[in-house]
Amino acid sequence: MNIHEYQARALLKAQGIPMLDGDVASTPTEAEAIARRLGGTVVIKAQVHAGGRGKAGGVRLAKSPGEALDHASEILGMEIKGLTVQKVLVVPAAEISSESYVGLIMDRETQRPVFMVSSAGGVDIEEVAQKTPEKIVRFPVDPTYGLFPHQALRLALGLYMDFGQVKAAAKIMEQLYAAFVANGASLAEINPLVTTPHGRVLALDAKIVIDDNELFWRPDLGLLRDETAEEPSEAAARRANLSFIKLDGDVGCVVNGAGLAMATMDLVKYYGGEPANFLDIGGSSSPEKVINALKIITADRHVKAILFNIFGGITRTDDVANGLVAATRQFKVSVPIVIRLTGTNEAEAIRILNAVGMTALSDMDEAVARVVKLAKEAA
Amino acid sequence: MSIFADETTRLLVQGITGREGSFHARQMLEYGTNLVAGVTPGKGGQRFEGKVPVFDTVAEAVAATGANTTVIYVPPMAAAAAIIEAADGAIPLIVCITEGIPVMHMSRTMPFVRSRGVRLIGPNCPGLITPGSRAKIGIIPGNICTAGRVGLVSRSGTLTYEVVNHLTRAGVGQSTCVGIGGDPIIGTNFIDCLRAFQDDPGTDAIVMIGEIGGTDEQSAALFVKAHVTKPVVGFIAGQTAPKGRRMGHAGAIISGSSGTAEEKLAAFEAAGIGIMRRPVDVIDLLRKRM
Repeated sequence: MNIHEYQARALLKAQGIPMLDGDVASTPTEAEAIARRLGGTVVIKAQVHAGGRGKAGGVRLAKSPGEALDHASEILGMEIKGLTVQKVLVVPAAEISSESYVGLIMDRETQRPVFMVSSAGGVDIEEVAQKTPEKIVRFPVDPTYGLFPHQALRLALGLYMDFGQVKAAAKIMEQLYAAFVANGASLAEINPLVTTPHGRVLALDAKIVIDDNELFWRPDLGLLRDETAEEPSEAAARRANLSFIKLDGDVGCVVNGAGLAMATMDLVKYYGGEPANFLDIGGSSSPEKVINALKIITADRHVKAILFNIFGGITRTDDVANGLVAATRQFKVSVPIVIRLTGTNEAEAIRILNAVGMTALSDMDEAVARVVKLAKEAA
Repeated sequence: MSIFADETTRLLVQGITGREGSFHARQMLEYGTNLVAGVTPGKGGQRFEGKVPVFDTVAEAVAATGANTTVIYVPPMAAAAAIIEAADGAIPLIVCITEGIPVMHMSRTMPFVRSRGVRLIGPNCPGLITPGSRAKIGIIPGNICTAGRVGLVSRSGTLTYEVVNHLTRAGVGQSTCVGIGGDPIIGTNFIDCLRAFQDDPGTDAIVMIGEIGGTDEQSAALFVKAHVTKPVVGFIAGQTAPKGRRMGHAGAIISGSSGTAEEKLAAFEAAGIGIMRRPVDVIDLLRKRM
């Protein structure tokens, strides 16, 4: 789960990581008031779940409250990578002597949280990683013990010459690790970690991604979710326990299992079509899930035909058939549906569908080729 | 012959009285799996389906039945503890089906599993099946499999069934099918399975099914090039997946890769792995190579 920068700042602040005071605004006048309260030059930063905000024009300097109002008016409502900006963070502009990068990620390969630290921080850190990887120090933390003080110190010694700054940075490393663990994060990042002309070490930006699997037993973390920052159909799908990503094509896809769902999209493309979505109804799929899936897909006006691709293992294909029948009774589906069912309780599923005049195919390629053809005819 | 599961398998089911555990324990029994014990704390002394003894702890189950493999169906919050209990009981093969275990739990669990020298498959995986020994450990539907000499390893669940189904319908049997799971931290990876299939005299060719994300497929391709003499064919799901609105830089920095299908397919190509554009292509590609 992605959270906003202002929320990540609060989680880091709770561990004591030093940063400049700021506040979040939903309207230009709120932004103006915050700028007035902070005084001096401020930065207006778009709060949106996408990288590359600065390069998209979503981060701007304002020298006065009036400028803050103007910039906030422009940034609020702006689209960045398909997401509309609903909030801005207003923070004092810092005087910067140096920019470093400190990231902590749960690494697949070492199976541990790994620190990545570089004195070459800033927006081009990925370029640094590619061209001069030796400028990034990596350190895997043993999760049984956590980060020891001497390890934090060694990481910080790689950043600064001044020992006061080294000590401050080491403390920040420990605090970042504590925030990572306390919030079930899969990523926590400060970019940049800056030094000021007065010698202070400050976090100027904060990013935290929370492991979705933590949310079940950490409802407090779930409260950080901002549904207004999500694609509306994706938020609706999540509430219905469906895994859904909206795409730009016209062939709606309802599939069980993420791998098969991706392979289905690939096959739609292979046969000359464009998938309208990724949708995984999951393992134990009740009829309700099928109804919700159809509601979400038919709400997309670009969808010209819908494909059901179900390989029953845990999923009972008769549940899916019952859901399909119930859904078409509840609301009219005005585009053609192609159904491919095979596996657990297949005979029963086909009987249920046939009873209401629907038919099912058993071959995936045949079903995909047919739905692509139907979508093309309707276009 | 096969890998990881055969006629010597003596299976324990952790969470045997739960909704998922009992359903799949029945399916495994029906398939012919040598299911010798179940564990559910507080239900010790019961018999599952009137015959399989249920114990309170893994240690009791192992002592009484000689179980050498366990499959875990306990809920996400208790699953890491169940893995640790199984490892502490020195069960050589632990298969965890449970989906939704926090990654931090797995990060703390894996060092313990390694310290006990046992193998974990999963979590968040469909398990494995050796049709020739009627050994089904997990949730892969038995009726779509048939005994033979092709080994299959996959990160996915239902996509595995799709490919296995194509194999079986074309008369191509399987030595063992293994689902390694899609979580960031898993106990057994592609390379572990490729090595086992390479060493297995009962396997003549290998099918590998990957997905976008991470670099496991790329590492596996390098391993194939260096160490696997048997024919390998592969599929990558997500060739048309959109580029995400990725947050933060750490993911790209740590792997030095964006984990795209193109990168993975290029790695397959460089290793001489036959590339399936569609699941059904598995048949022709294998026939050309075997």
